[in-house]
Amino acid sequence: MNEILLRHREIQNLDQFPIYRQNKGFETFKHAVTAMNPAEVIDVVKASGLRGRGGAGFSTGMKWSFIDNKNWPHYVVVNADESEPGTFKDREIMESNPFQFLEGVMLCAYAVGANSAYIYLRGEFWQLAAELDKHIEYLEREGFLGDKLFGGEYGLRLYTHLGAGAYICGEETAMLESLEGKLGQPRLRPPFPPTFGLYSKPTIVNNVETLANVPLILERGADWFRSFGTEKSPGNKVFSLCGNVEKPGNYELSLGTTFRELIFTHGGGIPRRRKIKAIMPAGASSSLIVADDKALDTPMDYENVPSVGAQLGSASIIVIDDSVSMDWLINKTVHFFKHESCGKCTPCREGTYWMQHLTERIHHGQAKWDDVILLQDVATGIKGKCLCALGDFSTEAVVSSIQRFRSDFEAVAAGAPTPVAVRAEQVSPK
Amino acid sequence: MTEAVVAQPETELVTLTVDDRTVSVAPGTYVVDAAKRAGIDIPVFCYHPKMEPVGMCRMCLVEVGRPAVDRASGQPILEADGKPQIQFAPKLDTGCTVVVSEGMVIRGYTDKVKEARDEVLEFLLTSHPLDCPICDKGGECPLQNLTMNFGPGKTRYIYDEKIRLDKHVPLGDLIFLDRERCIQCARCTRFQSEVVDDPVIGFSERGRELEIVTFSDPGFDSYWSGNTTDICPVGALTTADFRFGARPWELKPVASICTHCPVNCNTTLNTRREAAAGGKQVVKRVMPRQNEWVNEIWLCDKGRFAYQYTEAANRITQPMLRKDNKLVPATWDEALVAVNAKVKTAGGKMVTLAGGRLTNEDYFNIKKLSDAAKGQSLLHSGIAGGDMVASVGLGQGSNLTDLGSGSAILVIASDLEEEAPLWWLRVKQAAERGATLIVANPRRTKLDPHAARVLRYNYGEEAALVHAMLDSFSPKRPDQPESVKRLLRDDALKAAAQEISGAENLVVFYGSEGTDLATSHSLASACANLLIATGHTGRPNNGLVAVWDKGNAQGAWDAGLRPSESLATQMEDAAVLYIVGADPAGDDPQLAAAVDGAQFVVVQELALTKTALAADVVLPAQAFTEREGSYTSGERRVQRFYPAVPALDGTRPDFAITAHIANALGLKLEDKLPPKIFAQIAAGDEAYRGLDYGKLSEVVEQWPIIGRADVYYGGTTYDNSQGLGVQLSSASERGQSPVLSFESPKETEPAKDGLLAVPVTRLYDRGNTVVPSKLLTDRLEAPQVVLHPEDAEKLGLEMGKPAKITLNGQQATVTTHIDNSLPKGTALIPRSLGLPINGPVELKVTA
Amino acid sequence: MNPLQERYGQEIEAVLAKYPSDQKRSAVMPLLYIAQREHGHITREQLGQVGDILGISSTDVASIVGFYTLYHDAPGGKYRLQVCNDLPCALRGADKFFDDLCSRLDVQPGGTTADGLVTVEGVMCLAACHRAPMFQVQSHTEITYYEDQTVDKAVQLVDSWRQVNGK
Ligand SMILES: Cc1cc2nc3c(=O)[nH]c(=O)nc-3n(C[C@H](O)[C@H](O)[C@H](O)COP(=O)(O)O)c2cc1C
Ligand code: SF4
Ligand code: FES
Repeated sequence: MNEILLRHREIQNLDQFPIYRQNKGFETFKHAVTAMNPAEVIDVVKASGLRGRGGAGFSTGMKWSFIDNKNWPHYVVVNADESEPGTFKDREIMESNPFQFLEGVMLCAYAVGANSAYIYLRGEFWQLAAELDKHIEYLEREGFLGDKLFGGEYGLRLYTHLGAGAYICGEETAMLESLEGKLGQPRLRPPFPPTFGLYSKPTIVNNVETLANVPLILERGADWFRSFGTEKSPGNKVFSLCGNVEKPGNYELSLGTTFRELIFTHGGGIPRRRKIKAIMPAGASSSLIVADDKALDTPMDYENVPSVGAQLGSASIIVIDDSVSMDWLINKTVHFFKHESCGKCTPCREGTYWMQHLTERIHHGQAKWDDVILLQDVATGIKGKCLCALGDFSTEAVVSSIQRFRSDFEAVAAGAPTPVAVRAEQVSPK
Repeated sequence: MTEAVVAQPETELVTLTVDDRTVSVAPGTYVVDAAKRAGIDIPVFCYHPKMEPVGMCRMCLVEVGRPAVDRASGQPILEADGKPQIQFAPKLDTGCTVVVSEGMVIRGYTDKVKEARDEVLEFLLTSHPLDCPICDKGGECPLQNLTMNFGPGKTRYIYDEKIRLDKHVPLGDLIFLDRERCIQCARCTRFQSEVVDDPVIGFSERGRELEIVTFSDPGFDSYWSGNTTDICPVGALTTADFRFGARPWELKPVASICTHCPVNCNTTLNTRREAAAGGKQVVKRVMPRQNEWVNEIWLCDKGRFAYQYTEAANRITQPMLRKDNKLVPATWDEALVAVNAKVKTAGGKMVTLAGGRLTNEDYFNIKKLSDAAKGQSLLHSGIAGGDMVASVGLGQGSNLTDLGSGSAILVIASDLEEEAPLWWLRVKQAAERGATLIVANPRRTKLDPHAARVLRYNYGEEAALVHAMLDSFSPKRPDQPESVKRLLRDDALKAAAQEISGAENLVVFYGSEGTDLATSHSLASACANLLIATGHTGRPNNGLVAVWDKGNAQGAWDAGLRPSESLATQMEDAAVLYIVGADPAGDDPQLAAAVDGAQFVVVQELALTKTALAADVVLPAQAFTEREGSYTSGERRVQRFYPAVPALDGTRPDFAITAHIANALGLKLEDKLPPKIFAQIAAGDEAYRGLDYGKLSEVVEQWPIIGRADVYYGGTTYDNSQGLGVQLSSASERGQSPVLSFESPKETEPAKDGLLAVPVTRLYDRGNTVVPSKLLTDRLEAPQVVLHPEDAEKLGLEMGKPAKITLNGQQATVTTHIDNSLPKGTALIPRSLGLPINGPVELKVTA
Repeated sequence: MNPLQERYGQEIEAVLAKYPSDQKRSAVMPLLYIAQREHGHITREQLGQVGDILGISSTDVASIVGFYTLYHDAPGGKYRLQVCNDLPCALRGADKFFDDLCSRLDVQPGGTTADGLVTVEGVMCLAACHRAPMFQVQSHTEITYYEDQTVDKAVQLVDSWRQVNGK
């Protein structure tokens, strides 16, 4: 635990520059800039097998190697929008292990030949951005950022940029639009950012956690990194654990750790002796997994989670106990997506709105079984037809819960009162 | 016609199959367009062939298959029958965003596709009010058509849960928004920002709350707003004049030409019998008519909304004679007898002054009459150079759309968006395609941001600037004035000259910003020389274009009419002053005096203008909507228009009236059929040789396909079945090599004290054809003086406050405008706002 | 000169310096935060002022204000108390917390307290799911997180604001 990303939990005051320096901080960056060429940096990251931690799990080294070297300048944009319900890992990394994160950004920028990198933080992270600004200023004073670094030709500047309350800006192309001062609506893809990104220039977009891995990968080598995790999902992952669980919080664990270990060993199990009913492994965008033994023993990695009918995504594990009825739950998720739909494409804009009418009615016991079927139809109608993944996300919980927790809906449609006990009560704060 | 819409060598084409039809298209074509070419309509809402695709409405989903390739060998995988194996993507793709590739297979009507299409359509209809029976778009609405063709027939959406939104949102005084009908396709907002660079409408909110808003002042403040109502695929945007005005199917479409400016955009006049007009046929709306060589599918708002003058209440319908110093009604015979008597005895002292808005046929007769009377035929215009345009104007086969990388465009002394909006748009787009645009003007204009180079000079030095360019690549001439020498020191100018001389094609637009007739002549001749010296004449997509002040000034020049630098004296000295379609007295107090000075004044007009009121005989003419005729545009394209509404009783077409006057001299001129006059023009003028009305009416298939009632929806712009016109040849094209003739530039002296007032042109001026348009009343410019902030401060003047000016001996109180884009020491006086200004002149201003 | 530029000239320059000189539009979001400090919401005049600085239309600026939830186009309380009642927080009692807080403060969700000081709103996930119930407070100048909350704690906080503001 905490070997890579949450090292601040082991090393006191790692968020202070001298301490980070004592722990070989920025040596890697200095070494890369002075003794490696960018392609070599990319090769190491490629060899490590690091996959993007923002959700899609795409190979980071591969993405970097796609940067279009015929078109300049290049940019790096860091996705620090962290808005998926249930996700709060990037925040902890940036707050408590900021220099490792920044060094990761800097290494990425060097590797892809970018002289400017923007860190796009959700607007609510206003104070965090102010802290990062101070760190960046400090790094400039210390000669780690600026022009002609370490007496060479390479120069780099980092900038923070605040969003202002829009989940969709976590989608990489919407983020780029937003950074350009436009509505945060996704672009058509292809072309992808490595060829056509910020200001129409080649751009690498990576998640905070993804980049926070990079300094140690370069410092200790790809093989060291591969000693954690699985063959196809190397490394550790910060799992954001929340919902009906005794000890919610971030846990850095090897990829491939089982749900059971996370929820019961580390998370302390389900409060009030309730039973676990379902798991959403990728925040509100997730399908609902029936929390049976098979599921609980499934390793949490990119290759195994699909076997229980979901994706690992950002690994925001929302635990749902048996007090919760699914009609209530999907009413929540649909409400979220309806609120966050950017409105650009028809199925998502209209479909989430329609679904919300249906889930409201179903949840309030004003619906018949036909409405549940209609809801399923509407969700299917959205799926696969949208411009970006948000539209699909909005259907995951809906479709999977009607399929896998059918009795909940049958009960509501038959007029049974929803079991609302626990969710209405407040759990006692620590 | 020999012009081809898309000239592509065959070898470059990409071949694909769409629903079993094979079609070859240019690389870069989108699937929906390729399908359209194959005769298959893929429904679209957000996609418009004149804009970049965004793929947001998801209506055009299709199955896209590509030949499978063996990874290892890179060879295509073949089926047992030897045909390439086609691999289909698991998800449907938006046909509007996928670019064709060789061997692609598109399925546009499989069950899977139809199901998806139904679903998207159902989504759209969940929030649509379904108020087709009262919707202005009913009958020309693709959503309606699509629903009829593919729709589910029955709603699963609970009607009471439908979103209820404002149905009456004036975005300004011209365009109304019905929020319920909007399907958020962003065609209008993208048109405003991408096509015309006027992002004054936009989306606010997000998700289902997304709505069109405007925060400009006045609302939806753009010269282009009407176009958004054409391309809006539903009835969300409607124009103030047509909203609830009629149903599209009740309208009679008549092909016409916009007469407001020298672009001569193709229009369709929609007419209908109106109870309110006593059962008369009236124009209900002006719509664009597609002509990819002229206006593509667009119109500016002046062209669209300033049409009421033909029905204006002040039209004259009876000739009038001056008796006892009063104009009294007379019969045509009485009036013509009076005129003819004077014409017969004018003895070479007949002066004819014609406006720039008559037809070629009118000018032909006028010139014949004038010549027979040994008089002078003058054009009422402050711009010179029509002869040079005829000599080195655009060659046959020209199309501004063909200008792109490798071409250069020089726009000098013109605020093109104000003077000829469609040229502004097409020049801007040429620059976006890579043409090197050089804009030369003393102040900033809306073309500047699109220019590769912006050159500044002092008012009066426009010709000098071109001379400096010429000098930069030929040996210095010692006699050049100081201004040329100074301008020559500018590196940007030299670089621009290099770019111009090195360009494959060169088009030069010269306008009349700050010029009078003499300086305009200097400028035109310098520009002609630039084209000749750099070898850019006698070819398509090369040549000189005058940004005329009126719609058919070029036609007047071609007919032999000329503007005059001593107009006032000539008019004053006339025994018979025959004024046709011009209002000199209204334009300029000096000319008003000249009219008064003439012995006998005949005015042939639509309405009782100031000049008409001073006439001895007034002859009521017909508006262009009431008759037929031809026009020659600034690009020298000859086009015809057709009668749209019955002529007012008592009026006659201009050419006929002139013919009737010509009888006085025993001259037989055609007085009935314009085509016959046109045949005479064609027999005489080499450029027009071989043409007839039939040729002007020819069409070829145009791309994109627009204006048909299909679900691949281009908008309500009308299809062009009545004629694309013919581009005339230039003299240089016919082998008449123009000769370089150097003429020292004529310049304006800077004002000694006070300010130098210069004339500029505004689109919404107070010209006789604009003022009757009720729709534009609020947007018409007020008489004004535009000052640099520092000058204004010195004079103690504030924005919007009154200023007293003395101009050409006249005093007036006008509104102060402050603008930091003009040079210090100058003041702009927009033309046609009732202030007399024909060229640079000293101005006194006080608070 | 434009009032925003007059008042925040240096800060605006610093913001503009972050972006390439031909990409000034990028600064629209930071500039709107600066503008919002004035009144807690963006006024019609400010749309024009921000647009002027960046060379974009008021309508373009208004679009941005409308799209993003942290900009407001109408006045609210001096403090916007924004309770996360999204799924993860709701699983830990945020719905009840929100309801109870609203009744203690005697406001409807989305409404403003009688003294005009506090607007209470439900918002989407704030990346603090493990510390629910929680809310953030958006004032004219900043955003602050309050985590692991109880209704009592929240009411105390509101009371402290009332004291500071003499209400
Ligand atoms: C609707 C939507 C929201 C997203 N939100 C986030 C987010 O908050 N943070 C994030 O890092 N990635 C988010 N992503 C994923 C990004 O688009 C992108 O894949 C990621 O930033 C790439 O970085 P990585 O390769 O390092 O994972 C989101 C994607 C979608 C479709
Ligand atoms: S899926 Fe939703 S969020 Fe994505 S583009 Fe479409 S409307 Fe916008
Ligand atoms: S998505 Fe292709 S036409 Fe709208």
